[in-house]
Amino acid sequence: MTLTIDQVSEGDTLPELAYDATATTVVLGALASRDWRPMHHDFKFATERNGTQDIFLNTPNLAAWFERYITDWTGPRGRIGRMTFRMRDSIFPDDRMVFTGTVTAVSTDDQGCAWAELDIAVAVKNDGTDPRLCCTCTVRVAIPTDDSDNPWARKGQNWTP
Amino acid sequence: MSDLPAAIAELIDTPQYPVTANFPVEFGYSYNTLSATENGNPLYWDPEVADELTGGPTMPPTTLSLWMRPHRWEPGAEEELVALKVHFDLKELLDLPEAIMSDNTLILHDPVRPGDVISHHQVLRSVSGEKTTKLGTGRFWSIDIVYTNQDDVLVGIESYTGFGYRRPEQEAAS
Repeated sequence: MTLTIDQVSEGDTLPELAYDATATTVVLGALASRDWRPMHHDFKFATERNGTQDIFLNTPNLAAWFERYITDWTGPRGRIGRMTFRMRDSIFPDDRMVFTGTVTAVSTDDQGCAWAELDIAVAVKNDGTDPRLCCTCTVRVAIPTDDSDNPWARKGQNWTP
Repeated sequence: MSDLPAAIAELIDTPQYPVTANFPVEFGYSYNTLSATENGNPLYWDPEVADELTGGPTMPPTTLSLWMRPHRWEPGAEEELVALKVHFDLKELLDLPEAIMSDNTLILHDPVRPGDVISHHQVLRSVSGEKTTKLGTGRFWSIDIVYTNQDDVLVGIESYTGFGYRRPEQEAAS
């Protein structure tokens, strides 16, 4: 399915995504992003040197999770232009990550490219504990104006992320 | 009039530390990221979709920085390379022993494709006057990492906002 901009309005919410992180989630994500720092794979280092409760998800991999969350919603024609992250807390193995998102604006630029601005958050929501907000992200994503439009075809001055 | 030392003011908007990756972008490596995030976007799994939308395979945009990360080890390597060297330079030049990154922005331009060889350089964009926060007294700065491909086409920019500071007890001791 391809989302087109006429289907998007300010205030829309994105479908929630929940995922149970494991140690493998953390380690695979760190190595996938070529992040060899030990706090993302070495429990002893993370707990004894960093003072955290466990190894934790690295930021580049979290960005990839946000990408997945956004393009699950837009479909493959959606093209991310800009993402701004603010880290607040860590995500550990056995945490249930819950991604949520809201459309904060819809616009069309001078080149005819349609954009949705999104506020996205990932929180940890484990049974029996208060939710922890871990990262917020504002996103600018290009969405086709109609079935014939392809934001990926834009380049140079026609692509203003 | 700015209280910024001239040596630092001269660095603003000056490209520094140009580096070219010593390996080309490899499509197979992106499967690790796609698998780690269970990302089933057909743009990366279905060659027909990739041909239709992007004229062939491209890499997931958020993998941009990984093509510049050094190997964990390579022959002749003597020390681990420090990413965002300008950030550490500023800490030293401004005598600010502590620093945090408050946020970062990823701006995506032309897609990265298999076989590309990515380069990047760092640019100090701004340094604030002295500010006091709950962490201590110091300065905010913003640094861009500018990524280009082998044709010198812009593929992305990462912008970091940092705050270098002295903790109150460090302030009192200095």
